[in-house]
Amino acid sequence: MDRFFYLTFDGLSRGAVYAAFALALVLIWRAARIVNFAQGAMAVAAVYVAYSVTGATGSYWLGFAAALVFGLLLGIAVEKAVMRFVDHSSPLNGVVVALGLVLITQGVLGMVYGNEYRPVTTPFRRDAFDVGGIALLSRYDVFVFAAVGAVVVALTLLFTRTAAGLRMRAAAFAPDVSRLLGVPVGGMLTLGWALAAAVGSLAGMLVVPTELGLHPTAMDVVFVSAFTAAVVGGLDSPIGAVTGGLIVGLLLSYVSGYLGATVAPMAVLLLLVVVLLGRPGGLFSSSKARLA
Amino acid sequence: MTDVREKRATEAVQSKAFKRKKTPHPIWYAVAGAVLVAALTHYLPPFRNYQLATVGAYFTVTAGLTVLTGLNGQLSLGHGALMATGAYTFALAQNRWLALPLSFAAALLVTTLAGVVIGLAAARLRGPYLAGLTLAVAVVVPSVTSTFDDTFNSDMGLSIALDPPPGAVAMEQWQAWLCWTGALITALLLAVLVRGRFGRDLRAVRDDETAARLAGVHVARTQVLAFVVSAACAGLSGALFAVLAQSVSPGAFPLTLSLFLVMAIVIGGLGRLAGALCGAVLLVALPALAQTAGERSGSQRLEGNLALVIFGVVLVVVMLAAPGGLASLRLSTIFRRKR
Amino acid sequence: MKRTTAVFLAVLLFAGACEGSSSKSGSGGGSVPGVTDSEVVVGTHMPLTGPAAAGYAKISPATKAYFDFVNAGGGIHGRKITYQVKDDAYNPATTQQVVRELVLQDKVFAILNGLGTATHSGVLDFLKTNRVPDLFVASGSRTWNQPDKYPQTFGFNPDYTVEGKILGSYVKQNLAGKRACFLGQDDDFGRDSLAGIEKILGPVAAEQSYVTSSPNVGPQMGALKAAGCEVVLLATIPGFTALSIGTAAKIGFKPQFVVSNVGADPATVSKALGAAAPLLEGVVSANYLPLTTDAPNPWIQLFKKVNDQYNGGAEFDNNVVYGMSVAYLFVQSLQAAGRDLTRDGITAAVRRNGFQGPGLVPLRFSDKDHSGYGGQQLTRIEGGKAVFFGQAWTTDDADGAVQPYTGQPVTPPQNGIPAA
Repeated sequence: MDRFFYLTFDGLSRGAVYAAFALALVLIWRAARIVNFAQGAMAVAAVYVAYSVTGATGSYWLGFAAALVFGLLLGIAVEKAVMRFVDHSSPLNGVVVALGLVLITQGVLGMVYGNEYRPVTTPFRRDAFDVGGIALLSRYDVFVFAAVGAVVVALTLLFTRTAAGLRMRAAAFAPDVSRLLGVPVGGMLTLGWALAAAVGSLAGMLVVPTELGLHPTAMDVVFVSAFTAAVVGGLDSPIGAVTGGLIVGLLLSYVSGYLGATVAPMAVLLLLVVVLLGRPGGLFSSSKARLA
Repeated sequence: MTDVREKRATEAVQSKAFKRKKTPHPIWYAVAGAVLVAALTHYLPPFRNYQLATVGAYFTVTAGLTVLTGLNGQLSLGHGALMATGAYTFALAQNRWLALPLSFAAALLVTTLAGVVIGLAAARLRGPYLAGLTLAVAVVVPSVTSTFDDTFNSDMGLSIALDPPPGAVAMEQWQAWLCWTGALITALLLAVLVRGRFGRDLRAVRDDETAARLAGVHVARTQVLAFVVSAACAGLSGALFAVLAQSVSPGAFPLTLSLFLVMAIVIGGLGRLAGALCGAVLLVALPALAQTAGERSGSQRLEGNLALVIFGVVLVVVMLAAPGGLASLRLSTIFRRKR
Repeated sequence: MKRTTAVFLAVLLFAGACEGSSSKSGSGGGSVPGVTDSEVVVGTHMPLTGPAAAGYAKISPATKAYFDFVNAGGGIHGRKITYQVKDDAYNPATTQQVVRELVLQDKVFAILNGLGTATHSGVLDFLKTNRVPDLFVASGSRTWNQPDKYPQTFGFNPDYTVEGKILGSYVKQNLAGKRACFLGQDDDFGRDSLAGIEKILGPVAAEQSYVTSSPNVGPQMGALKAAGCEVVLLATIPGFTALSIGTAAKIGFKPQFVVSNVGADPATVSKALGAAAPLLEGVVSANYLPLTTDAPNPWIQLFKKVNDQYNGGAEFDNNVVYGMSVAYLFVQSLQAAGRDLTRDGITAAVRRNGFQGPGLVPLRFSDKDHSGYGGQQLTRIEGGKAVFFGQAWTTDDADGAVQPYTGQPVTPPQNGIPAA
């Protein structure tokens, strides 16, 4: 039973990060109908910025803030300089351009920082509290939950309570009508990208310390898990992204704990197949047959 | 190697009968290609032959993928895994029976079956959901090989027993012939296939599923069939890569391979076999060129990373400037625009 | 139609253009590829980019630096050594490509120190067919030791089974009665290592594995903790050593770690651990080459000098020592092969063996044995540095006993270049 609790908490803390990352994917999908395959690479770039800033100033929090700001700016830059000019007649085009951005980002990071793993610091200790002999959560895990929770709350408020959020939703769902009603559709799109990239950077900051270290390809595997999470939850649904992230985190933890680490990717595939064949639009899809 | 995708549906309808007469049967392209390859393998030094063979092996899979993605609109990020299926089947069959044709047949058969399974699931999914499923398929290869390591020998992979090439043929020449035989037959069959009713159905489903259904096209069946055809191509390509490498291992079929395949067909020009050929050449030439450039610069950080950046920049630029791909760039169009 | 033909022709022209660019070296060297009166060209494949590049990317520059040092002294038998390094990003498919380029295009004399088990085993047959000497493969797999099947292939590292037996006997002698468990990479590295450990210790109390594609060992360390392990033997690459030790600390699990040489370089691991580096204190491992922290060691002094002069003063870690030791052994082989350098000549020279160099134990090369170093000496991390303790041990990969090695270490020659 100890083991079960341990695996559950281990899975939840990883799942929280997947959830944050999946949220970033969902944000862009809702705003622009693009799955941003460059999300992982962009997040890694932000973490490198944090690494440099922390290295120069010695302050984790300055680096943390720098990463979020850089993510925000990078999102704007990518949208304004590249994605805006993509021909959206086929959903494929956006995907391919994003893949191109992944290559460029990883190549440039490799040139600037080299291809070695860089250690990243954590603001809180990572050794777990013992509760009745069971190591459950570390301070760092609590920080992860808190950060992801704050993002979820903030986004929910933004989309349901503020005019900007409403405009963003309108611009995404009915761009032509919104434009007629005076919503700056282009600006809303940029805002969506900026927000998403910042959330992605946050997820990167949270996940990299728990992995092998900082490396240009550090987020590749995380991206696959997070994408799975977003698809399982339904790309349209922020609630779905969070749920999907936690499900994927738990599944990976249980499977590698009880069956072996090698089986985990197969379990993820199985989960995807079962969910998608049961509900082709994801668990939380609202509309029945949204085509691409 | 016909130009399989009409540019403007409206124009095409009128000019079709006229155009059809002018276009020679794809078999002539295949024959011309075979002659060219035979001549080239005679003159090229061994390493160039090996690269030529690699182009052939890549062309086999990109040709199938461009039909699936370009003509039928299904995006697969998992073709690397299908290639791995073909390669492993080939390796196991070859090490057991040591009969080349039999091993190729086995690789084709098994990948076709895998294609049916994935295709059945894929036919229910659209856009990013399909991409997500195939992405998970691409990632699962190392996991499968380590879980069943008695058969697949985990990360180490299998080495493949190959008979020496017949007669005095050099190994690299023999590999080039094998790969291009596979590639040209694949391309020929695909070209013939998409010229006919099947090709029309593919495009109809891609452009508008509802309209296609109204017109009597069986949408799901067409989609599954498209997936199966392209899976078979991937399987053959995987087997050819196994011949080239004389070994298979999961590391040779990483996620990046699947992504590179998609990029290759997009850069080349979606839905065109000529584009698939362009893409296959780029897959071989770009990394090699970038590596040379990196070596000349003498900086270790540039090596390898430069290839990534060049590939990325080419991809983005092509997508933004010429969404039809490199194969759509014509001197005549440029001239016409200038005038 | 015209367009397609044009595309195809463009493709061919392109191929032709590529060809024109680099088919220079190799010819004009008499009958032996890669050898002229003034030059010998050798090549290698290494991960310089990608996730596996960490640490390993430093090996080939060090090898090259030592060759430059030798070249500055006039080369060997009047020949300068040119070292061509190709990046394969640890992808076996790329290895195929670059090794063919080295052999067929650049016409190298030999492949030296190609890195990786999965990557290098894919090119064994190709190298055999082309009769290319395949010297000092950088991996501890037993695959390289097949003299009948691959007569030109030779290993360098002690194989993982030998190492497993030596680490196992340390546990047996010093940590007797404690529950010993194992975490290993899910490939031949982990398997061979475990086989060696179990030859000495018998079945371990618990056994876990990881795959490199999934950088989370939480569940595995949890299982080892639950099994009440007091000693954990790790067959892990550096990143996963750090991850395992870090994860164990995170869940309040503090066993004695005994780590394979592959993943024990304190510089690399502590970098990965960052602030948690003190966790490494007391970790036991083994090595077969001098340690960088052993400043008075004459080999270290030599390599440090070469590193400063010819390697741009790169950070001097055990990867640098490794790369230079490989280079030293290759130069010794060149000397032993004589002025009249042929491919058969150099493999014969390696088989004759008798090399004495930086290694703490002898190389095992003979007609019947193509495996590299035959043993190791134990190390412990103290004050952030690995230090040797006890004596060196040798053994074989079968059921032979683990024996102390009593041979005396040698010092490098005065000028730092092995004599003929």
